Amino acid sequence: MAKTPVSFTLNGSPRAAFADPGQNLLEFLRRDVGDLSPKFGCGQGTCGACTVTVDGETHLACLVLAQTVEGRDVGTASGLARGAQLDPLQEAFMDHFAAQCGYCTAGMLISARALLDRNPRPTRDEVVEAISGNLCRCTGYEPIIAAILSVAEGRARA
Amino acid sequence: MTIVETYPTLAEAARAMGRDAAYMAGGTLLMRDVNEGAGPARLIRVSDPGLTRVQTTGDGVRLGAGVTMAGVLASRELEVLHPVARLIGGPQVRNMGTVAGNLFAAHPYGDFAAALLALGALVVLAGQGSARPVEDVLKARDSAGLVEAIEVPRPRDPRAFAFHKVSRVKPKGVSVLSIAVHLPREGGRIRDPRVVFGAMGPTPLRSSGAERALEGHALDTATIDRAAAAACEGLAPFTDQIATEWYRREVAGVHLRRLLTRMEQG
Repeated sequence: MAKTPVSFTLNGSPRAAFADPGQNLLEFLRRDVGDLSPKFGCGQGTCGACTVTVDGETHLACLVLAQTVEGRDVGTASGLARGAQLDPLQEAFMDHFAAQCGYCTAGMLISARALLDRNPRPTRDEVVEAISGNLCRCTGYEPIIAAILSVAEGRARA
Repeated sequence: MTIVETYPTLAEAARAMGRDAAYMAGGTLLMRDVNEGAGPARLIRVSDPGLTRVQTTGDGVRLGAGVTMAGVLASRELEVLHPVARLIGGPQVRNMGTVAGNLFAAHPYGDFAAALLALGALVVLAGQGSARPVEDVLKARDSAGLVEAIEVPRPRDPRAFAFHKVSRVKPKGVSVLSIAVHLPREGGRIRDPRVVFGAMGPTPLRSSGAERALEGHALDTATIDRAAAAACEGLAPFTDQIATEWYRREVAGVHLRRLLTRMEQG
């Protein structure tokens, strides 16, 4: 079956690859584009491990048709660091032990970054709401909430 | 294998529909099947940006079929629906899931459709002149056609509308049930009440019992008691992973009583 060429921007860089018919964005990014930061958890839009941004809005990559990102701007966790300089959220996740197994972390970081970009001083409730579409089975969420709040309050390292 | 066809207009998409095809909007429900290899042979999409438009009209708001829950939350004109949209899925799903898609969401989803039914919204279908009540579309989902827009009348008193969603997990959890109530009043008496339950049947359904108990009465304790007692009349709950039919029947009236009491107390 014919593949569809897809040209898009990934973390600010132009990329192009061929998508299979009906292929989801998560598999496309991981297998055909080579960005392994979004994770496959459920393939049902329930866990949030595959969270990416499309034109700045958080989407579940497993529920997005790969070919629909043609011409659009996709953001993943691998675009958060600038060279060796980690995003303050990544630093804060380390400082607060907000990653245990790490499987949810990439999605958590994308949801948290989207929140802070829109609302630099969120309340605790707003943080809880912002990560409500991301499941974590290790931490009980508290270290993640603390990490995000620490960046929001400007208390993070760097 | 699922192939994807994208059309510039809804009219062209409507012509391309067939038994082997499904219309895809936000994809939050359909892509699950596609990922499992159980998707339709063809997915039909429309690229027309006009479908995501929110327009204020004389007596309400016209929502393009492709307006997302986030789009509803971004519109000040739709404030009455904000408490509903905020409880659909998580943030990512709200950025993707659409108002028209919610009309076709199978149990236990469709809380937004419940609210649209309670507000007496009308559905504009592609190629059909007059808009049809939400009820009609919910009753004939498979044959309804493609939705172009949803017309939401502005309630004269926004406080006459209330919504409550019961879920085990918060803030993001699937409905045990949801309730959308619209109680227009004339001279203190309720006229044409609408009491809609989500996740209490194959589609959102009106509680004929509660509506009859409320019609023509003032919203007082005795009326609320009667409405709560008759809550399950007209509903058709069933057992799923979230709750049993028995449990849903037991608690429907309890939650309705709480919601109506909250409305009574303003």
